[in-house]
Amino acid sequence: MPLVYCGACSHAPGITARAERADTQTRQALESAFRRMGDDIRATKPDALVVIAAEHFANFFMNNMPAFAIGMADAYEGPIEDEAFLRIKRTTVPGNKALSRKVIENVMQTVDVAYAEEWKFDHGISVPLHFLTPDYDLPIIPANINCQGPPLAPLQRAWAFGEALRRAADAVPERIALIGTGGISHWPATPDSGKINQEWDQEFLRRWSANDREALLSYTDAETYRAAGQGGFEIRTFIAAAAAAKGAKGTVEFCEPIPIFAVSCTIARMAVAA
Amino acid sequence: MSLYQVQKLIYQLNRDPRTRERYASERDAVLAEYELTAEEKGALTKPDIGLLYVLGVNGQLLMHFAALHKVEWPDYLERMRQGLKDHGQVREGVYAATGYEGVEAHDARLKRERESR
Repeated sequence: MPLVYCGACSHAPGITARAERADTQTRQALESAFRRMGDDIRATKPDALVVIAAEHFANFFMNNMPAFAIGMADAYEGPIEDEAFLRIKRTTVPGNKALSRKVIENVMQTVDVAYAEEWKFDHGISVPLHFLTPDYDLPIIPANINCQGPPLAPLQRAWAFGEALRRAADAVPERIALIGTGGISHWPATPDSGKINQEWDQEFLRRWSANDREALLSYTDAETYRAAGQGGFEIRTFIAAAAAAKGAKGTVEFCEPIPIFAVSCTIARMAVAA
Repeated sequence: MSLYQVQKLIYQLNRDPRTRERYASERDAVLAEYELTAEEKGALTKPDIGLLYVLGVNGQLLMHFAALHKVEWPDYLERMRQGLKDHGQVREGVYAATGYEGVEAHDARLKRERESR
């Protein structure tokens, strides 16, 4: 079936870990936007949700770092973080090994993706799912782009990965939804945590909404690091989602800077025809 | 310098409950499995979060190492700031400090902007 849903959202751990320290109204608006995104995903009746995340050393480390990876299991555990820190209860999240395998085999035709039969979710997946599928009743296919340990996956390969995921989703009979998760500009887990480059974020989201491939791929890592921090490297997940939208345009449904959450909290959707 | 080894140990501690148990009961034996300098070993065992930050430990590893030692978030940020004062700029990696007005001042500025919309 053609991809039924395509979107992108934030995954900052502060969204749950430091919830009460944010401006109440803004936080509630963000949580509502997250829940609407969950409703929108469910409304497309997906059989599985591909979550393209930028994981943070829960599974992959510099001893053997894949540029791209996809999970291939019937169940995943998460979050890996201390439950008291993240304030999300550790649980088992359903996967679909057979469907993952079909997707991986298809993606492999164009992108040399690693597969993983074990995968521990960190906040990159667990924070979005906490709001989107709080009952953990939708099988997840986790996917990862290395945004943490340089050398990083090049942007044009992140685009190719998104295209490959789209081809794979369209090729299987199941109904697949897909989201990218990550920050735009941010300096997480540094003394500058909370710093946000709003103008840069707005410009990035303008390019994302226009699904302007050339403009999205024109960022260099040096520029991103300067203007958007090391957290800005996570634009790869948004870029892969844009590629998966296959030319469809996007709408930013929510975007507000929330310093204590360390990022412009964002919910956005591509208008793929379901 | 063996930043890779420091980070690898923290990675294992963050993701593997057995490594955490061993680290609690036989820390020296666990540390001996990694090629660490005296400075790194000292920073890990103290733990000196500020020095680990300056040595270049990736924040996505370090924040969980801090949480493992019951260091609360505001204290974690403060320890990194103190590390910069004590040991100078971050020596390696991509988690350098670049200067920031701080969350409270930033929040106040955003609040004014929201009210004037």
